[in-house]
Amino acid sequence: MSWDPIAKIANDVQASTIKAIDLVEQSLAAIEKHKEYQAIITVMAEQARSRAKVIDEKVANGVKVGRLAGVPFIAKDNILVRETEATASSNMLKGFVPPYQSTIVERLEAEGAICVAKANQDAFGHGASTENSDFFVTKNPHDKTRVPGGSSGGPAAAVVLEMAPFAIGTDTGGSIRQPASYVGCVGLRPTYGLTSRSGVVAMASSTDTIGPLTMSVEDAAYVLDVYAGKDELDGTTIDRDPQGYVLPPITRHLPTTKVGIIKEWMGEGLDDDVRKSIEKAAADLRAAGASVEEVSLPSLPLALAVYYILIPAEVSSNLARHDGQRYQFSAESGKNLTESYTHSRAKGFGREAKRRIMIGTYVLSSGYYDAYYKKAQTVRTKLINEFNAVFEKYDFLIGPVAPNAAFKIGENADDPLKMYLVDMMTVAPALVGVPAISIPVQPSGTTGMPIGLQIIAAQRQDRELLAFAAAAEEAIHE
Amino acid sequence: MTADATRRQYNVTIGIECHVQLKTKTKLFSGADNDAREAVPNTLVNHIDFGLPGALPILNEKAVELACHAAFALNTEPQRFSKFDRKHYFYPDLPLGYQITQYDEPIIIGGYIDIEVGGEKKRVGITRAHLEADAGKSTHPAGGDYSLVDLNRAGTPLLEIVSEPDMHSAAEAKAYAHELYLRMRYADVSEANLYYGNMRFDVNVSVSKTAELGTRTETKNLNSFRSIERAVEYEVERQIGLLEKGEQIVQETRGWDDDKQQTFSQRSKEDAHDYRYMPDPDVPPVVLSDEYVAGIEASMAELPDAYREKFREMGLDSKVIEDVIANPSVARQVGRIYDDAGPDHAKRVAFWLLQLSDDSSESSQSQESVKPDAQDANLIALSKMVAQGQLSSSAAKEVLDEMIKTGQDPAKIAEAKNLVQESDEAAIAEIVKSVLADNPKAAGDVQNGEMKAIGFLVGQVMKASKGKANPSLATKLIQKQLGL
Repeated sequence: MSWDPIAKIANDVQASTIKAIDLVEQSLAAIEKHKEYQAIITVMAEQARSRAKVIDEKVANGVKVGRLAGVPFIAKDNILVRETEATASSNMLKGFVPPYQSTIVERLEAEGAICVAKANQDAFGHGASTENSDFFVTKNPHDKTRVPGGSSGGPAAAVVLEMAPFAIGTDTGGSIRQPASYVGCVGLRPTYGLTSRSGVVAMASSTDTIGPLTMSVEDAAYVLDVYAGKDELDGTTIDRDPQGYVLPPITRHLPTTKVGIIKEWMGEGLDDDVRKSIEKAAADLRAAGASVEEVSLPSLPLALAVYYILIPAEVSSNLARHDGQRYQFSAESGKNLTESYTHSRAKGFGREAKRRIMIGTYVLSSGYYDAYYKKAQTVRTKLINEFNAVFEKYDFLIGPVAPNAAFKIGENADDPLKMYLVDMMTVAPALVGVPAISIPVQPSGTTGMPIGLQIIAAQRQDRELLAFAAAAEEAIHE
Repeated sequence: MTADATRRQYNVTIGIECHVQLKTKTKLFSGADNDAREAVPNTLVNHIDFGLPGALPILNEKAVELACHAAFALNTEPQRFSKFDRKHYFYPDLPLGYQITQYDEPIIIGGYIDIEVGGEKKRVGITRAHLEADAGKSTHPAGGDYSLVDLNRAGTPLLEIVSEPDMHSAAEAKAYAHELYLRMRYADVSEANLYYGNMRFDVNVSVSKTAELGTRTETKNLNSFRSIERAVEYEVERQIGLLEKGEQIVQETRGWDDDKQQTFSQRSKEDAHDYRYMPDPDVPPVVLSDEYVAGIEASMAELPDAYREKFREMGLDSKVIEDVIANPSVARQVGRIYDDAGPDHAKRVAFWLLQLSDDSSESSQSQESVKPDAQDANLIALSKMVAQGQLSSSAAKEVLDEMIKTGQDPAKIAEAKNLVQESDEAAIAEIVKSVLADNPKAAGDVQNGEMKAIGFLVGQVMKASKGKANPSLATKLIQKQLGL
C-alpha cells in the first residue's frame, strides 16, 4: 500500500480520519515484508508505537500536533535519535546509544513525526553502494543483485519499498542524490548550512548536509520546510528562506526559465542509457517551454580530485575522536596507550575508513599540505567562482547524477578508484555548497534500472530549485 | 657557578609564551561551566567537551570579547579577521583528537609591554596571541598501572600570548611576566590566579657568544614569577656550562622541578609531532567590525600605567606604588578616593589597605581573597577623623578592622568602642592642670629643659583621660602651662 502525500497524511491524522498507530503499523509491516533487502539496521517498533499513541491521544483531546502529525519516517544510521543505537553502520560505533539527539530529529518530532527505524549506509558515509557498511549490503528494490547506491542506500531503498513516506539521509559528496538516482526516488541536497549538522556523525564538516528522500518533490519540500534553518548548536547554519519551502502551488513557469546542461558531464565516461535519459529530459523541458542550452564549467573535471583530497583530510580529523578511550569499540589487546589507540582503530575501522584516514593524514602532513590540501582549496575557490559566473546567466544547471545506473553488487568492490568515479557528478555541487536534487527520469533502456536527473541551483535558492524540480517532474513524466 | 667573567661573554636571549585562562562563565566552545577549581572530576563536561559523535563546537562570544580587551592591554588592536584551526594529536585528555586553536590568523598580532628593571625602562614586543581550547587533565598515580583523566578543564578558553625574544636576563623575564599578569588582571581578561594555573608560562632561553642566536630550550608550565626567574637563571648557567665544556645544547622541551630548583629534560625536537594543522570547518571565522572594536576600546578599564601616574602625583614612592598596583582592587579604590577626596586621604587609605592585604594575604595564594569591602565614603570619613585629630592612628586601625568586617559607619564604631580622642582644649587643660599639680618633680624637670620628662607627663594625661586625650594637644598644653 503506497503512501498519500505527506501533507495529506498529517491532515488526516489531525482530523482523526486515520490514526498515527495505524500508520506506524503500516510502516512496521512494510519493514518486515521487505526484510530481505536489508535496508534497515534498527527497528524502533516499541518507541514508535508509544509515540503514536501519545499523538493519537493528543488528537483525541483536540490538541494540535503539528505539520507532520503521525507521519512515520526513517533516519540514516548516522543521524542520532535519543536512546536509539546509532552506529553509522560501523563496528567502531556498534552499541553506541546517544544521550542526545540531532536537531533534525528534534525538529521533525516537534511537528509530530515518528521515527520508526534507522537505515543502513556505507560506514561513516564512505561509499556509493552500501557495500562499505560494516554489517551488510542493502539491495536495490528494482534488482536484488544490484546496489542501491550510497552512502544513503538504506534510506533510499526504504522509501522506494514504502517503509515510510520519507527518509532522512546525509549528502557529503552525493550520498543522497546518487542513491535516489539508483533506486528511483527524489533526493535533495540542500544548500550547505541550511540544515543543522548537530547530532549527525560527521563525515566532512565543510560539505555535510542533511536532506530528505521522498517519492515526490512536493514531499521533499514539505519535509525540508519543517527542519531547515539556523540552529544555535551548529555555528555554520544559515537563516531559512523567509518564504519557506512549501509553495502553494509549488511550481515554476517553465517558459521563462533558463537552463544550462553541463557539457563536461555529457562527454566521455557517460553510460549511453544515462545519456539518452538526460537528453530526453532536456528535450521534455524544452518542449514545456524552458530554454535549455549547453554550458561549460572548465574546472569541473578537477572536482573529483579536489574532493578526494579535501574530504579525506576532514574525515581523518573528524574520525580522530573514535579512539577507543571513551565510548564504544575499544580493543582489549593493547598493553599500553599507543597500542590501545592503534589496536582500537585498526580493528574498529573498516577498510574504506582506514583508506580515507591514510589519505587525509598524508595530505595534511607538513611538507605536503601546500601541494595537496592548499592547492585543492584553491581549485575549490575556482569552482565556486565558475558556478557563480554560470548562475549569472542561467537559473538552473542540469546533468546526470552519476555516470551510470545501479551497478551489480561486488562489481566495483575491489577497485576503490572505480568506486570514486561514481561520484564525479555529485561532488562539485557539494564542494561549491549549492543545492541540488535528483529526480527520476526515463529508466535505462537496457536494464530497466532507474536513472536520475540532477538539477542544481545557486546557493540559498532551495525554494526556487524545488519549484523548478516540481515543474520538471511533471514536464518530464508527461 | 660559572665565573662572572665567563658569563659576561654570553648574550642571553629569552622569549616567553604565556597561557592566560580567560574569565568566562562557560567554556570556549561549549556551555559547560568554566570554573573547574573545586569541582568533582568530570562533572563540568557536556557532549561537546566529551567529543561525542555529532557534537559541534559553538564559539563563546565572551571569550572573543576578552581577547579583544587583552589586545588593548597589550597596546594593540584585535585583528578584524581571525580563524580557528585544528591541531591534531592523540592523548586521552584530548577528546576530539585535535585541539581547536588559531594557527596562522590569530586574533592578536603585534603589541608590546613596557617593563622597568633596575630603574631602566625596556620594551618587550608581542609577536602574537591566539585563542585556543585547553585540554583536560591527566594524572598518573604513582605505582598504578592506570592513568586518570579529568575533562573539567577540557575546553577552557585560553589566550596564548607569545613575546618576541626581547628579554636578556632573568630579572627582565620576571618583570615581563609580572607586568603581563598585572595587565591581564587590570583589563579583567583573567582571574589571573597563579595558584590555580590561570597563567602558565613557557620560557625559551638561549645563550650565545655571537650575534647569532644559540640553540634554545623551552621550559614549560611555570606558574610563579620566582620560578620563572629561577628557571631562566638555571638554564643560563646550565647552557653556558655545557658550551664551556665543548658540548652542544639540545633543542628540547624541559620541565621545572620546584623542589630541586632545577629544569629537567622532557622531550627533544626529534619527538616533535606533526600536528597536521587544518582550518576548522565547524567554526566560522571571527570577523570584527570597527564599531565593535571601538566599543571594546571605550569599555576598557584603566591599566596599571594610568594608576602609576596617579599615584606619583599623589606623592607615593615607587616601592609603595608597585605594592598598591600589585593589588588591583586596592589600586582602584585608592584611585577613586584620590579623585573624590584628594591626595592626603588617598595616601592614608593606601597605607591602610596595603596593611590589610599584608595581614591576610601572606598565607593565602590568592590576592583576590582580600577584597576591601569598606565603602569609599567610609574610608574617607575615617581618614578625615584622623586628620582632625579625633582618632589616634592605632585607634583608626581598630575602627578600620571593624569597618571592613561590618561595613558600619566609622564614627559610630569609634564611639561604640570609646576611641574618640578628647580634643576639647578646655577639658584637656583641666586635666593637664591637675597632672602638673600632682607631679611637681617632672614638671620641674621639663622646665629645666629635660624634655624627656614631657613624655611621662603626657602619659599621665592620657591615663587620667582614659586614653581619650589627643596626645599632641596634651603636649602643647603642658608646654603652654609650664610657660615654655
